[in-house]
Amino acid sequence: MSALNIQQGSSKHSAYDLRDPYSEVLETHTLAVIVDNEPGVLARVIGLFSGRGYNIDSLTVAETDHKGHRSRITVVTTGTPQVIEQIKAQLGRIVPVHSVNDLTVEGPSVQRELALLKVSGKGDARIEALRLAEIFRANVVDSTLESFVFEMTGAPEKIDAFAELMRPLGLLEIARTGVAALARGV
Amino acid sequence: MSQQMTGAKMVVQALKEQGVEVVFGYPGGAVLPIYDEIFQQNEIRHILVRHEQGATHMAEGYARATGKPGVVLVTSGPGATNAVTGITDALMDSIPLVVLSGQVPTFMIGNDAFQEADTVGITRPCTKHNWLVKETDKLAETIHQAFHVAMTGRPGPVLVDIPKDVQFATGTYVPPQKARTDHYAPRVKGDLAAITALVEMIESAERPVLYTGGGVINSGPGASQLLIELAEATGFPVTSTLMGLGAYPASGKSWLGMLGMHGTYEANMVMHDCDLMINIGARFDDRITGRLNAFSPGSRKAHIDIDPSSVNKVIRVDVPIIGDVGHVLEDLLKIWKSRGRKTHREGLAAWWQQIEEWKAVNCLSYTPSKDTIKPQYALQRLEELTRGKDRYVTTEVGQHQMWAAQFLGFDAPNRWMTSGGLGTMGYGLPASIGVQIAHPEALVINVAGEASWLMNMQEMGTAVQYRAPVKQFILNNERLGMVRQWQELLHGERYSHSWSESLPDFVKLAEAFGCKGIRCDHPDELDAAITEMLEYDGPVIFDCRVEKHENCFPMIPSGNAHNQMLLGEADTQGVIGASGAVLV
Ligand SMILES: Cc1ncc(C[n+]2csc(CCOP(=O)(O)OP(=O)(O)O)c2C)c(N)n1
Ligand SMILES: [Mg+2]
Repeated sequence: MSALNIQQGSSKHSAYDLRDPYSEVLETHTLAVIVDNEPGVLARVIGLFSGRGYNIDSLTVAETDHKGHRSRITVVTTGTPQVIEQIKAQLGRIVPVHSVNDLTVEGPSVQRELALLKVSGKGDARIEALRLAEIFRANVVDSTLESFVFEMTGAPEKIDAFAELMRPLGLLEIARTGVAALARGV
Repeated sequence: MSQQMTGAKMVVQALKEQGVEVVFGYPGGAVLPIYDEIFQQNEIRHILVRHEQGATHMAEGYARATGKPGVVLVTSGPGATNAVTGITDALMDSIPLVVLSGQVPTFMIGNDAFQEADTVGITRPCTKHNWLVKETDKLAETIHQAFHVAMTGRPGPVLVDIPKDVQFATGTYVPPQKARTDHYAPRVKGDLAAITALVEMIESAERPVLYTGGGVINSGPGASQLLIELAEATGFPVTSTLMGLGAYPASGKSWLGMLGMHGTYEANMVMHDCDLMINIGARFDDRITGRLNAFSPGSRKAHIDIDPSSVNKVIRVDVPIIGDVGHVLEDLLKIWKSRGRKTHREGLAAWWQQIEEWKAVNCLSYTPSKDTIKPQYALQRLEELTRGKDRYVTTEVGQHQMWAAQFLGFDAPNRWMTSGGLGTMGYGLPASIGVQIAHPEALVINVAGEASWLMNMQEMGTAVQYRAPVKQFILNNERLGMVRQWQELLHGERYSHSWSESLPDFVKLAEAFGCKGIRCDHPDELDAAITEMLEYDGPVIFDCRVEKHENCFPMIPSGNAHNQMLLGEADTQGVIGASGAVLV
């Protein structure tokens, strides 16, 4: 049965080939989808997720190749291994989609998100917020006498952690871009 | 050579260059410039339908009978929304359609203009792809791309929405050879290592089955030939989904009949007990699998499909092969032959012995009657009296559809058109017209239920206008028969709204349409009446009054396994649990 060792989809470079395909355990994957930047293409991708009941944890999109009119959609999604494989296959079926890469299984990747956080406070709380911002390497991009807007870039978990700390110190609003991700190396 | 012309002219020019002979359509304000161009030429024939849904099903019938894309032309707003059911039907059954819709002028889009609808928005989830063309210069290329996408890979419907000002404006025509289509090129050749793995399994399988589907037919007549060759050479039994009937001939010695919810006992038992299942162009639909965790528990499974998303969607398979059925079967046969054409002979002999025992159950038997026409009997007589004729059959949706699949035999592909995936009542009549337009000399029969038939009966006007001699063979049980059957078995015989009172007089209706009506309500008169229908040179509405309470068996109730089939009335007591009732 030597020939039976068939590689499947984009998970072929990965240790995840060993994962149990029947597993009901939910996994979170980051997918990079290169599409023609034509009208409606984002609606097609989003419609696929809503129409088939898949999750979108985060989604970012921007044109990355102005000359070639290509956009990169980065979508973070959660599902069983079978559902993740389905999502990739379904994305690949959309006509203006050029490629689908699963950054979670295709090797190490870097994931970054930008967030703006508005924190209001006076006295000790204000000082504590500034101190924590320094530790997290968040920059102050706006300040008034009773508020700051911090800007920070990092992995989504790091932003979550920072936001948690800011909450008791007067976190008013938070704006996040969603994840941008690239595979490491070449 | 750059050719300047109006958008409307481009549409007609592009259709001609795509080899289109027939367009099914209905005019309106937003497509008048295109209709003006159609008026001024003779190469493309336009069939005026009576409702845009009819146009889409006609185009589907045409496509399935010819292997060519069906072309539809509708106006904006209600024209486009009326087409949605047929477009969805074509998506579910992988039928290539190119739908051209008019749109309000670009400068009015978004203003809730008269007859404006967000057509690309509405049809995005029910097309393979769609386009709104905002510049005349892009129109011709987009239409060529639309044909390419509809026909390449897994076929399906596409839509091009064309605002009226784009039709009027002048631009540069792009011929098909210059249109950029290269980006969309799904893979057709299967992975040779995977095919070899399957060959190894074929060599050692003791209880194999070829489970075939519409993909064989979509792959073209060559694929059906290869399937026949594979089945004959290996001696493997063949079953098929509703969509794949005719790819392997019903008269072939390896034929088990259709499988699935109303499939034959032998086909379903073979699926359940096999040790090697080779899925060729089918998609493990829920009508086929029944209860998933009891689906063919002891088999290794291979799946040949051109659409990667069909593989491992429902059933995990051991050998996935992504590719076109024709290409893959060709490679498969080549490899299998080069390795010495091996099969497990003793195993197969014992398997066939078992299959013969299952066949002996005679699962399609029914209680005959001397004074009422049993629907099964009507179809047996229809089969008998049309044998050897150049015959095409369409159906509506319901019990009659399942009986037609069980009792009519198809020996060639592209001769059986039925709404499988969407199950669209109202499909059969317009589809039969589309088939007849493609094959004017052939015998085209729509096996219908009276309720389904009424859903698009206005298309009889189209049949009469274009002298399409379609035979509407209505198995009239005065019931929404399939609904009634489910209510009997699953809902305590509470027949909630499953019959129609005040049905029309179908014979008078035929006269009103200007065609022939025939009524028959006695088995003794049936042969003569069918013969009269067949001999009449023109469209016929045949009102075949059948037993009102017949149930369709075998039946695998939703939520049951393949080996838990109901074979007849005696089996139906208390078998369907509440968990099955929630399924459709
Ligand atoms: C457009 C549409 N509406 C509803 C249904 C649900 N449905 C499936 S079969 C059926 C009854 C069909 O009755 P008829 O055409 O007389 O066929 P029979 O089952 O009696 O042979 C209905 C209502 C459907 N399939 N399509
Ligand atoms: Mg009926």
